[in-house]
Amino acid sequence: MEQSISTPQIKPANRLKFIIGGLMIIAAIAYLIISSTQANAQYFLTIDELNSRAASIAGREIRVSGAVLGDSIQYDSQNLVLKFRVAHVPGDNKDIEAQGGLAAVLHAAVTDTNRSHMDVVYTGVKPDLLRHEAQAIMTGHMGEDGIFYANELLLKCPTKYEESVPQQSGN
Amino acid sequence: MIPTFGYSVLVITFVLAIYGAGAAAAGALLRWPVWVKSARSAMLLTFPLISLSALSIIYLLVTNHYDVQFVYNVTSNSMPYYLKVTALWGGQAGSLVFWCWLMSAFASAVTLRKWDRDSEFLPWVIVVALVTLAFFLGLVIFVENPFVRFWQTPGGQQIVAMFQPAGAIPIAPPDGRGLNPLLRHPGMIIHPPMLYLGFVSFVIPYSFAIAALVTGRTDDRWIRLTRRWTLVAWLFLSLGLILGSRWAYDVLGWGGYWGWDPVEIAAFMPWLTGTAFLHSVMIQEKRGLFKRWNIVLIILTYDLVIFGTFLTRSGVLSSVHAFAQSAIGPLFFGFIALTFGVSLGLLLYRWNILRAEGQMHSLLSRESLFLFNNLLFMGILAVCFWGVIFPLVSELFSGQKVTVGPPFYERSTGPLFAGLLFLMGVAPLAAWRHSTAKTLGKAIWKPFSASLLLVVALFILGIRGVALLGFWLAAWVTFVTLYEYGRGVMARHRRSGESLPVALWNLAARNRRRYGGYIIHLGIVLMALGVIGIEIFQTETQGTIRQGQSLTLGKYAVTYKSLAEFDTPDGRNVARAVVDVSRDGRYLGELHPRRDYYYESQQPMTIPGVRSTMEEDIYVLLVDWQPISSQGATFKVYHNPLINWLWLGGFVFILGTLVAAWPDKDPEEEKMRVSQPVVVPGRV
Repeated sequence: MEQSISTPQIKPANRLKFIIGGLMIIAAIAYLIISSTQANAQYFLTIDELNSRAASIAGREIRVSGAVLGDSIQYDSQNLVLKFRVAHVPGDNKDIEAQGGLAAVLHAAVTDTNRSHMDVVYTGVKPDLLRHEAQAIMTGHMGEDGIFYANELLLKCPTKYEESVPQQSGN
Repeated sequence: MIPTFGYSVLVITFVLAIYGAGAAAAGALLRWPVWVKSARSAMLLTFPLISLSALSIIYLLVTNHYDVQFVYNVTSNSMPYYLKVTALWGGQAGSLVFWCWLMSAFASAVTLRKWDRDSEFLPWVIVVALVTLAFFLGLVIFVENPFVRFWQTPGGQQIVAMFQPAGAIPIAPPDGRGLNPLLRHPGMIIHPPMLYLGFVSFVIPYSFAIAALVTGRTDDRWIRLTRRWTLVAWLFLSLGLILGSRWAYDVLGWGGYWGWDPVEIAAFMPWLTGTAFLHSVMIQEKRGLFKRWNIVLIILTYDLVIFGTFLTRSGVLSSVHAFAQSAIGPLFFGFIALTFGVSLGLLLYRWNILRAEGQMHSLLSRESLFLFNNLLFMGILAVCFWGVIFPLVSELFSGQKVTVGPPFYERSTGPLFAGLLFLMGVAPLAAWRHSTAKTLGKAIWKPFSASLLLVVALFILGIRGVALLGFWLAAWVTFVTLYEYGRGVMARHRRSGESLPVALWNLAARNRRRYGGYIIHLGIVLMALGVIGIEIFQTETQGTIRQGQSLTLGKYAVTYKSLAEFDTPDGRNVARAVVDVSRDGRYLGELHPRRDYYYESQQPMTIPGVRSTMEEDIYVLLVDWQPISSQGATFKVYHNPLINWLWLGGFVFILGTLVAAWPDKDPEEEKMRVSQPVVVPGRV
């Protein structure tokens, strides 16, 4: 950017002033980005990954995604405590595509009893989209009791809007 | 058959666009005016043609042709007409057609302007506009076709295809799936068109910039010609962002207005480069500086527009990691890489003739403060871009998926926004060229002292920390802006004896860009007040209460009166609570937070009850209730101070943009007059 304002006629001292000023701003921006990244980075893990290195991530803020088991949803609306269980889903988009898309992956996850599961506790309002076979993306930390304490809960229901073929067709 | 017709028209337009781009380029290179003329006609034709196709889709939507997959996915029998029409942009395929439709409208409009004095730009403007259009048409035709239909093969299989497979019969489901209930909100119905209008109109300044590079006519003619296009693009983009955030506040039920979601950021990034561009072109016009930088900014804006279109269409709402799931991802990235590479190549090719015509003398001069303004905008862009691509980068290098959330954006953009506000206060009072601390100090001391007095007052009232800094910045910009207006009005009043209101009117009318710009600044300040209010002073509470009991939040009490559940004719089950709001024991009114359950899509939707004043919003959500309503219900209550200043500021902001963009009486004459001193022979 310095180049775009500099011209051959500019006196060196004058030019230096702008280069120093510009560099200071750029350095400040770089510092802001780097320090904020370090302070706020969240590891995005699958449930299997979480189980295999529970020790190294204890107490850290992480993001986990899983398929919601509908029968397990318990909601205490008095105290706004939401408990549910999620099943492992692969984290890589390529794996998800290879297994037939998110909808198929989620369906397989909730029907396969051999998958690793994880219990989640979330305090707050029960999201509208929380239901069987939804993908839950939870941010929080793993407790020593093996329960995941989420402070943020995002849900995704891929099957709902765009679907290739209607389920039941009338002619 | 309507679907076949609509599709064929798209294919014809696609071929026509490619022909037009080719003919324009050939005509320019071989100096064959007839070909350019033919290309111009081709570009003019794209709009009526795509209109036919878009109207075909609307016809299919309105007449419930559920044999068409797109119609099946976005409408249903129970939806009202206006929602069926606007469902055109309710899904990916339709919204891409809609994008093409708007793009062709702008492209056709450009061909209709007088080209006499700028005929060398015309062919290259056509090339850029039609290549862009052809890319999007190609996506619609080959990847995201809105006209594909359901068929049943003789073997009993259900398949999706454009043309009738041998022996197959069409299947028409009796009802569609319906538009996502979250999108059935007036804000969401006009939000995408506004955003798209902003997106596509940025293509026009970009195409002029490319034309300037190709032809070597790199004075600021291209900037003057596209000034209004740029402002219009920016107006729509701003409007789209504001409407989107209002929609989030009304519909998403989390008491917020902006969540740093990748989809939001995607629309925000071209706005950032566009805003930087609007500022820095003034320096090129006034001082002949920043020529290369302006080209870089418009190239960035164009490619961020393409990127934004891709991101906003890749997932409807939950955009977490939606990147690779769309088949059109690689195509978009390929197109962005191609246009970015070619544009940068052209810029390097013309690097030497884009030399600045002067130099900057003083760090405190107006042009230098504009440079710092640009750096800060680029800083915010860097934060946004880094946040969006960080998961991909970290996965590539560490094999570990790491994401950053809203705290990352808030922490890193906060100081940058504060810096921009500070500059917004200083720059209007800084002199061009030579400006020293002494001259600047002399210019700013009055508004500066006034803002400090306000800070002292706020401090005594008990406001501390970031909020105090924020209020100071807001006061600072407001006083400077009003001071500027006051100085201008007084000068006119003294010079010509006009009465003060007349002087104010004439002042703004004579220099619309400057004084419109100041109105925009005031709008930003009002929005900043809203942001400070909700980000720093928002409080919330939640709990389950029986009828007659209350939840208290600060001075407010929310009392649960009753709840009713009923079905509506449009397929909803509504649970509607009645609560009383009181402040310090004084009854203020009744609110009706409710929960709509959409049977079709099996989706509940939470609609808050809001009591809105300029001072604050009391925002009540119905979270849960017992089937027998006397048992009690759960509510969440937010207290959002100053939030309405955000919307008021948005309104002022748009008003200022309209003032700045309002057409002059005789634009052609105006342009000729102002551009004369600039096109000095021998300078280019």
